[in-house]
Amino acid sequence: MSEVFGIPIQAFLGQLLIGLINGSFYAILSLGLAVIFGLLNIINFTHGAQYMMGAFVAWMGLKYLGINYWAALLLSPLVVGLTGVVIERLCLRRLYQLDHLYGLLLTFGLALVVEGLFRQGYGISGLSYPVPKLLQGGENLGFMYLPIYRAWVVVASLVVCFGTWYVIERTKLGAYLRAGTENPRLLQAFGINVPVMVTLTYGFGVALAAFAGVLAAPIYQVNPVMGSNLVIVVFAVVVIGGMGSIFGSIVTGLGLGVVEGLTKVFYPEASAVVVFVIMALVLLVRPAGLFGREA
Amino acid sequence: MPDATREILRVADLHAFYGESHVLHGVDFIVSEGELVTLLGRNGAGRTTTLKAVLGLVDRRSGSISVGGAETVALPPHRIARLGIGYCPEERGIFSSLTVEENLLLLPEVGAGGMPLDEIYEMFPNLRGRGATQGTRLSGGEQQMLALARILRTGARLLLLDEITEGLAPVIVQSLGDAIRRLKEHGFTIVMVEQNFRFAAPLADRHYVMEHGRVIEMIRKEELEGKMAALHEYLGV
Ligand SMILES: Nc1ncnc2c1ncn2[C@@H]1O[C@H](COP(=O)(O)OP(=O)(O)OP(=O)(O)O)[C@@H](O)[C@H]1O
Ligand SMILES: [Mg+2]
Repeated sequence: MSEVFGIPIQAFLGQLLIGLINGSFYAILSLGLAVIFGLLNIINFTHGAQYMMGAFVAWMGLKYLGINYWAALLLSPLVVGLTGVVIERLCLRRLYQLDHLYGLLLTFGLALVVEGLFRQGYGISGLSYPVPKLLQGGENLGFMYLPIYRAWVVVASLVVCFGTWYVIERTKLGAYLRAGTENPRLLQAFGINVPVMVTLTYGFGVALAAFAGVLAAPIYQVNPVMGSNLVIVVFAVVVIGGMGSIFGSIVTGLGLGVVEGLTKVFYPEASAVVVFVIMALVLLVRPAGLFGREA
Repeated sequence: MPDATREILRVADLHAFYGESHVLHGVDFIVSEGELVTLLGRNGAGRTTTLKAVLGLVDRRSGSISVGGAETVALPPHRIARLGIGYCPEERGIFSSLTVEENLLLLPEVGAGGMPLDEIYEMFPNLRGRGATQGTRLSGGEQQMLALARILRTGARLLLLDEITEGLAPVIVQSLGDAIRRLKEHGFTIVMVEQNFRFAAPLADRHYVMEHGRVIEMIRKEELEGKMAALHEYLGV
């Protein structure tokens, strides 16, 4: 069998893999947004810029300090996460009592500022980041050629996503997060330092975005606007999955990546809009999203 | 009785605000170690707000609240709790995204000598074997027991209990009464907001009557009978 529904199997599997890779990025990014929205009630529009910063910090680390990919995979999320901590302390903290709109405007403005700064410094032509030695080349699976780095991206994302899910749903730390999402004031009245928890949670969500950025660096060009295109789709993913649902954001992210990939095979003209069409349909049928709780 | 013993909670000239609305207008009361004190009053008198203000859960407060001798009016809520306070809110506050067991074990230790789980389960047998259930799937009575049970584990010695009998069946109210009596024997200091006066009267050492955000009268257990008429007047029953 070399065809699926009249499509050569190579093309089909190739698009499936691309879909899975895109889906991995959607999953990590929407997971970060969901974690942040859950506890902070803030729609973090800076997320795309923070993903871009993750890639840039890795690139700068390599160019100026000789920090390799593996170290960057840890250090870049840490550095970018720290900038998140600063943003939360200085700005976001003042907005929690206000309407969602304020947080959205602030984070959107920050995204523009950050992207502008990087554009000023590095232009928009894009810089390349080499695939680490260990992950170069590919494997011929007989029915298709599998680039090792791309397989790694999918595996690493899945591990990080499900690791995060596990911590949130199955550990004591996660219980604090869930309780804080539900009723932060009561949790604080029980003796938990909720303001610090909020700061660290934002830092963590931002670090997830930066982690995705480092993963993306060797695949896509590192450039200041790499996040702004992606983040629009990611917000659609979040809306489809249901704002704030951890599990929903992971599954929806992966699923939509695959749907998008397959649309490229069967009806390429629709591939750029399929996610938004699904979003519109979901909003009609289940306004709270596939995994969201009806208010 | 309170004179010789140690003051655990002293509230003086407490004012509290929700946004612009000024709800407490100078509340004063004292609770000594091992005492059970109630806050009585009509709906909206400010009893819940008094407990919340002690915990730092109102938007703004002024005056003095000293817990075990430490002034807390400038402290954030998590620091206040750590002085050894356990809080059972009016709406019970069971977390729906947590299981019964997670709810029970969630709260951090705020003092030494918390009640062991065995003893807690013995006091509230309904909770035994329900650990994996979603917290808010329990019946109202069981949720109330869980809300009490989880603060006993923490080592808190001062318990602030807001309307724990509200909306519950008489059997459950009775077992809550037994539990409160046992807690008193264990030496807990308890402040109880209670609408159900028949529940509160036999348990309490003293009653503070609140009206319009102030304490207007203090009645000792021994004086209760003589002041029944006045009390009925205050509470409008
Ligand atoms: N979050 C809030 N914002 C504004 N006003 C409030 C808020 N909570 C309570 N109040 C007002 O504060 C006053 C005191 O309320 P509180 O809840 O302390 O009363 P209470 O004595 O506990 O009575 P009950 O529980 O029977 O209603 C009431 O007038 C109430 O309307
Ligand atoms: Mg009340």
